[in-house]
Amino acid sequence: MISKIATRGISLLLLTCLAGCNTVLLNASGDIAAQQGQLIIVSTLLMLLIVVPVIVATLYFAWRYRQSNTTAPYSPDWDHSTKLELLIWGAPLLIIIALGLITWISTHLLEPSRPLTRLSEGRPIAASTKPMIVQVVALDWKWLFIYPEQGIATVNELVTPVDVPVRFKITASSVMNAFYIPEMAGMIYAMPGMETTLNAVMNKPGTYKGFSSNYSGAGFSDMKFEYKAMAAGDFNAWVAKTKAGGGALNRPDYIALEKPSIKHPVAMYGSVDPELYSKILNLCVAEGSACMNKTMAADAQRAKGDMAMKDMPKDVNARIVAAQAAAEVCTTPTKTEKK
Amino acid sequence: MLDQIDLTKLIFGRLSWEAIPFHEPILLATFAMVALGGLALFAVLFKYKMFGPLWTNWFTSIDHKRIGIMYMVLGLIMLMRGFTDALMMRTQQALSFGDGQGFLPPHHYDQVFTAHGVIMIFFVAMPLVTGFMNYIVPLQIGARDVAFPFLNNFSFWMTAFGAILVNASLFVGEFARTGWLAYPPLSGILASPDVGVDYYIWALQVAGVGTLLSGVNLIATIVKMRAPGMDMMKMPIFVWTSLCTNILIVAAFPVLTAVLAMLGLDRTLGTHFFTSELGGNAMMYVNLIWIWGHPEVYILILPAFGIYSEVVSTFCGKRLFGYSSMVYATLVITLLSYLVWLHHFFTMGSGASVNAFFGITTMIISIPTGAKIFNWLFTMYHGKIRFELPMMWTVAFMVTFTVGGMTGVMLAVPPADFVLHNSLFLIAHFHNVIIGGVLFGLFAGINYWYPKAFGYKLDAFWGKISFWLWVVGFWVAFTPPYILGFMGVTRRLSHFEDPSIQYLFQISLVGTLMIAGGIAAMLVQFIVSFMRRKELRDWSGDPWDGRTLEWATSSPPPDYNFAFTPRVHDNDTWADMKKMKYVRPTTGYQPIHMPSNTWAGFVIAALSGILGFGLIWHMWLLVIVSFVAMMAAIIIHTFNYKRDYYIPADEVAATELAHTRLLESHV
Amino acid sequence: MSEFTASNQAEAGNAVGDASRYYVTEHHPENGTLLGFWMYLMSDCLIFACLFATYAVLGRNYAGGPSGAELFDLKLVALNTAFLLVSSITYGFAMLSAHKGFKSKAILWLGVTGVFGLAFLSLEIYEFVHLIHEGAGPQRSGFLTSFFALVGTHGLHVTFGVIWLVTLMFQVGKHGLTVENLRRLTCLSMFWHFLDVIWIGVFTFVYLMGTLP
Repeated sequence: MISKIATRGISLLLLTCLAGCNTVLLNASGDIAAQQGQLIIVSTLLMLLIVVPVIVATLYFAWRYRQSNTTAPYSPDWDHSTKLELLIWGAPLLIIIALGLITWISTHLLEPSRPLTRLSEGRPIAASTKPMIVQVVALDWKWLFIYPEQGIATVNELVTPVDVPVRFKITASSVMNAFYIPEMAGMIYAMPGMETTLNAVMNKPGTYKGFSSNYSGAGFSDMKFEYKAMAAGDFNAWVAKTKAGGGALNRPDYIALEKPSIKHPVAMYGSVDPELYSKILNLCVAEGSACMNKTMAADAQRAKGDMAMKDMPKDVNARIVAAQAAAEVCTTPTKTEKK
Repeated sequence: MLDQIDLTKLIFGRLSWEAIPFHEPILLATFAMVALGGLALFAVLFKYKMFGPLWTNWFTSIDHKRIGIMYMVLGLIMLMRGFTDALMMRTQQALSFGDGQGFLPPHHYDQVFTAHGVIMIFFVAMPLVTGFMNYIVPLQIGARDVAFPFLNNFSFWMTAFGAILVNASLFVGEFARTGWLAYPPLSGILASPDVGVDYYIWALQVAGVGTLLSGVNLIATIVKMRAPGMDMMKMPIFVWTSLCTNILIVAAFPVLTAVLAMLGLDRTLGTHFFTSELGGNAMMYVNLIWIWGHPEVYILILPAFGIYSEVVSTFCGKRLFGYSSMVYATLVITLLSYLVWLHHFFTMGSGASVNAFFGITTMIISIPTGAKIFNWLFTMYHGKIRFELPMMWTVAFMVTFTVGGMTGVMLAVPPADFVLHNSLFLIAHFHNVIIGGVLFGLFAGINYWYPKAFGYKLDAFWGKISFWLWVVGFWVAFTPPYILGFMGVTRRLSHFEDPSIQYLFQISLVGTLMIAGGIAAMLVQFIVSFMRRKELRDWSGDPWDGRTLEWATSSPPPDYNFAFTPRVHDNDTWADMKKMKYVRPTTGYQPIHMPSNTWAGFVIAALSGILGFGLIWHMWLLVIVSFVAMMAAIIIHTFNYKRDYYIPADEVAATELAHTRLLESHV
Repeated sequence: MSEFTASNQAEAGNAVGDASRYYVTEHHPENGTLLGFWMYLMSDCLIFACLFATYAVLGRNYAGGPSGAELFDLKLVALNTAFLLVSSITYGFAMLSAHKGFKSKAILWLGVTGVFGLAFLSLEIYEFVHLIHEGAGPQRSGFLTSFFALVGTHGLHVTFGVIWLVTLMFQVGKHGLTVENLRRLTCLSMFWHFLDVIWIGVFTFVYLMGTLP
């Protein structure tokens, strides 16, 4: 009885799962995502080699060795078989070895920070190819994209040319988010005060969905953006249009933008302060705040310097300290004010 | 100077009338139901004069059996709350598309999903698992109680008061809106200035102390109190898995204590453990919390694996296949569970070699886990399988959990995880292994050991209804999220724009309603079984033809468990004793040395709960007073040296002879 | 912490009739208090491990503020270390007296231990107050946060140890050197020496390595 219902149920489930075949993860338009989708299929098939026999055997044994089946043998004291043990440990081990190899190789090849070596299957690119840089800032609860090479910026709309490798440099303003465009590539965390890198390329023009995939607070469900991939010519036209459209994104504009907002409308900026992203990354957009990279560099120097200074004669100490003070670029570090 | 101190602030901290959710209809309705139910319960207890016995025989009991039952009651009550959260989430997600906003705005939805995770892991799964280990382990090793009976009582009350704090957040203030692991900076004071995260921290700190001490207790019990002749390799598998679980508890929970304390310090004192500026590092939190978090899920599953081993061997009428293999597999899983934690955040950008290492170690864990499944399979092979409910749950587990494990290995490949992390595929995976693995095991265990604990079996008809609703409901509820994950849908969303996927959420809601039916059927099962208890009576103490020592006692066992400590010669000790036609002794009973009940566990835990509440609301006076009172209670307790009594020999004799006569009269 | 079966003797195993193959008449399981306490202590060690790990990660994040080299007064730390190590020795004397059955001597040495413990705590509190006064409190930087957490947690443990020690002095005074009290003294002994070991870790990794090249 159980096996009949179970077999029917499982067939139904497998059929439902086929609905998963025509999904974005297994049919992505970006090369990295496409490779990741392939990986999912390969690893699943490898594991089905074990999983299917186990499920079939479970249901079969449950049915055949039921108490009412008096024809089946009953061996109450049989509890060991070296051959079976070897199989039980060996078969999964072999599959895991295969999967492990695949994992090691694919993890290195598909590492987000690794520069792309191909545009898509059969289209390699030179290692020295310069990618297009897009700086990404996850705000509460919207996405800021800065295009440093083009000198423009957008909010909640990302545009790139097709078949051009893109290098995303990603950070966040306040809390952890994750930058994710399923059609293009895997996700990566966006963290305040830290920068992650994602290399990807889109092979088909179109409009795609992007969003945050790490819960970040009240506006999380609406933290979406549109990603438009277009032909190179169209992209250049778009850049020109954005530049002509005006609007500047400087430090005070960013501070206003940083304020929490939900369902923020798409915005374009024809010019961007070239230092802005670095300031955002180092948490020193506010006037008079210390930039983290400078502070950390100074700390590292001091760690070495302190120890060395402890051994030096007192007057040398004084001269060094005075020189450092004179060369001080940043103002005295203060706690960065948060709204 | 005294007039400078704001007395209201000192006493009430940041607690004010605004903390009570007068303007939230759902919460008000919930409170009304809880109040009514509470009043009804109070009235019943008052009418039948049960307060006295409740305190004397249960709340102050140090008997591992009663404490085990109290854990189970706590877990099942919290299951109702955790499941209600699930039902609310599924309903919201099925409704909230396009212009429709559903009924839970993000402010509430985000608390609901956080509470759902916290409650299910800490206050449903942990108490249920601990309840089983508490009840069964001493019986299976032939002992009379655990190594530290007082500590056992205290551990239970710490867990209970942690649960009370979480429930208090429903009506006084609010809960965290961070997800069940509360990553900073979101859980830091800047992004979450309200009390929610503080409730989270202190509820878990209080409960965590209870769990840690429980871990110490059970390890000492298993190491020191086994019956003579029971070498490690003659212990029942459930005892082995309990030992490994408690080793994991002792080695993992301190990390949780430390990391939550650090988060608490960041929030209360303005320190910089996990802040973005001034030298903090939020990634440290993620690492530490998962160094705890991964062993935690093995803490949940290993006892369930132990239950399955017992059930399979009993209901197939066969020795467990590959005993040593099972033991080694359990030990390997225990060890390896410490080497995989980074697989929970492959996407944090740790680099290829680090990611690949942790991906591979994660896959390696599937080998001993698979070996266990094969061993259960070959126990069934050439067995004589009786499909009582525990065995049905076990077969359902073997099919369900295997799929869940497979999806886990899929997620273990880092580049695959880059597209599946935090998606509904992940949600489906972990519910697959927790429900299919842990919960099904707990239900198998409940049906298996209920007669031992209460003296009558559970009604099989309602049990089977519950079973089918749960199993089918689970698959109907969780197959859509697998598909949605492949469609790139992420977790923790309270609203969707794309109506073409709404049908999948609706199917999932149907499945959830089926599970609700399963839970209702289980409650009916309890009630009907109680009403039919005379017919369902377990007079022999061994209703399933069991193989381990707990079945050698009456149902329920006497307070002292065993009049004479068993002497062990083989695995499956009770089966061996039955085979050798063991005869119950009729003379030679000795007085039995027993520990006394105590108020101290309840009082100290209650004071911890109050201390937690004070810390949450910054009620510093209350904090100081409750802390001092707690220290006083502890010191006073240590001055009590008379904590034991003797059961006289003739009382033991009378109890034992009554059971012997019962057994003989039924032959 | 008295637990219910308090005997250290092996089980007698008296046989009663044929069925004695399957049971023993008198069984006294070994007492698990010392094992249990040791396990609790190791879990405590894990908490310290987390704090050390946090210090390892955050310990050079000065955020432009003072560093260990600028703040630490190694003479003070040396004195403190001496107090703690001597207190361990005096606790050892207390245990020796206790095992020999000399109640008053044991209580005396416990008292001396407590005095050294309090001296350690006073000096540490003085150091903390001084640091905070200079603007180098735990809120200044990641380094100072992790410093105060690690050293402060150790200090808190010593505080609880002293409270426990005073309590035990009263209990030994009242009930004498019973089996139960000897067990409690042994547990506190483990606790006290453990704190000593942690302190050695602290002054090595935090104070010495933070100051010397």
